Amino acid sequence: MEVYIDVKNLSFYRGKRAIYDDITLQIPKGKITAVMGPSGVGKTTLLRLIGGQVVQDSGSLTVDGVDIAAASRKELFEARRKMGMLFQSGALFSDMSVFENVALPLQEYTSFDKEMIRDIVLMKLQSVGLRGAADLMPSELSGGMARRAALARAIALDPDLVMYDEPFAGQDPISKGVLVELIQRLNSAANMTSVLVSHDVEESLSIADHVCLLSGGSVILSGTPDEVRSSTDERVVQFLNGLADGPVAFHYPAKDYREQLLERN
Amino acid sequence: MAVFKYLFDSVYGFFDAFGQAGIFLFQTLFRLPVRFSEALRLYIRQVYSVGVLSLVIIVVSGAFIGMVLALQGYTILTRYGSEAAVGQLLALTLLRELGPVVTGLLFAGRAGSALTAEIGLMKATEQLSSYEMMGIDPLRRVIAPRLLAGITCMPILALIFSAVGIWAGMMVSVQWLGVYEGSFWSSMQQSVYFDTDVMNGVIKSFVFAIAVVWIAVYQGYVCQPTSEGIGRATTRTVVMGSLAILGLDFLLTAAMFGDF
Repeated sequence: MEVYIDVKNLSFYRGKRAIYDDITLQIPKGKITAVMGPSGVGKTTLLRLIGGQVVQDSGSLTVDGVDIAAASRKELFEARRKMGMLFQSGALFSDMSVFENVALPLQEYTSFDKEMIRDIVLMKLQSVGLRGAADLMPSELSGGMARRAALARAIALDPDLVMYDEPFAGQDPISKGVLVELIQRLNSAANMTSVLVSHDVEESLSIADHVCLLSGGSVILSGTPDEVRSSTDERVVQFLNGLADGPVAFHYPAKDYREQLLERN
Repeated sequence: MAVFKYLFDSVYGFFDAFGQAGIFLFQTLFRLPVRFSEALRLYIRQVYSVGVLSLVIIVVSGAFIGMVLALQGYTILTRYGSEAAVGQLLALTLLRELGPVVTGLLFAGRAGSALTAEIGLMKATEQLSSYEMMGIDPLRRVIAPRLLAGITCMPILALIFSAVGIWAGMMVSVQWLGVYEGSFWSSMQQSVYFDTDVMNGVIKSFVFAIAVVWIAVYQGYVCQPTSEGIGRATTRTVVMGSLAILGLDFLLTAAMFGDF
């Protein structure tokens, strides 16, 4: 297995709270890796660490051999050019049409002429089913369409790595199905490395080649989807089956319920 | 003791924020565009939304302020029989003071708040992160055109404000109140100097523009990306921008016209 992203003994604190406490994980090249875990476990933070938008407090993180935290501004921007990221909200630029959004990375980084850029943009939009929506503004798109348009933008430069931040959250079943198929197709056709951050168990397990389960600031399981399904670890079982009772507490820490109700002011 | 700690923290916080904002301004101004045609397009788009769209409020306020000044000036000057000096009064007040200051205050309310809210919302919807992840510097792409457009538009708006004010004041005093037109213009011509009055007004509005637009884009860029945070940042832009204009106006007036 060739490693694309290598995280070693990484710790990251937000204020005094440890988001990651000494985690180690590897993301293989050319595969779809799903990073899963309950909300608030810092899945999105992992993507931001990979993109160099935040820097870890200790440990190391390399992407394709480049140490992101130690990279100069130029090296970092160079590395980001090979990454595409699909944000949770899509994050389309609201002052540009769908076409301009997808064309922007091409205009910025290639010396293609107008015709060529137009053709590439139309091809990318065709692959996400939005060629007809090229002239619409982001405010005119539904949530699912915005995310697909953002996906077209993320893959405009044919990056080596695509990161998906909760691609399935808030999508209807049809969009979900389309996205699952798209991610799979992109990954196999262009030999990209995909990192998928999600808490949608079924969709993620169905397309992932490799799964990392995070909980409480550490990696509790790393393996194939089958290994995850057959795991007997209490935390994994609780997460996969959506159980309220288990090692991961459903309730935010509070004082005794009965006591609080009986309290007089 | 707590009072001293509070004082120290506030002063420290102020200088800390000021320093951060200074670095931010420096980085924005000295990051040159990669493609000039693209940069020009972005700049012109901002000139439209910051400058052209502010024209209505500037022209309307300029007209009313000019008319009120003419009325007030006429009623006082006519007591001394020197109502012809209303032209001089109008031109000097508008060019030296009211043009730059009122334009600055209106600009902070109209364009400054819009800039803060727009940039704040771009931050909240991850658009700024998105630029960063694309390897495109948001300071260069988003902040710089807005900053430059604001700084170049405001002096022009202030001149338009003064011109409209003088014209409206002329309408009131000459057409309505019956001041002799020849003396209206000649009193103005005798007492208004291009380098001391007009240029000092332009310099003032240029300084105010830097202050207001700098505050506006910085507040948008560093705001908490929530609806509450954007609201607070927008308020801060208007309050801090207005106070900065009034404070700077005192300093500049003292430096330009103070006789010491």
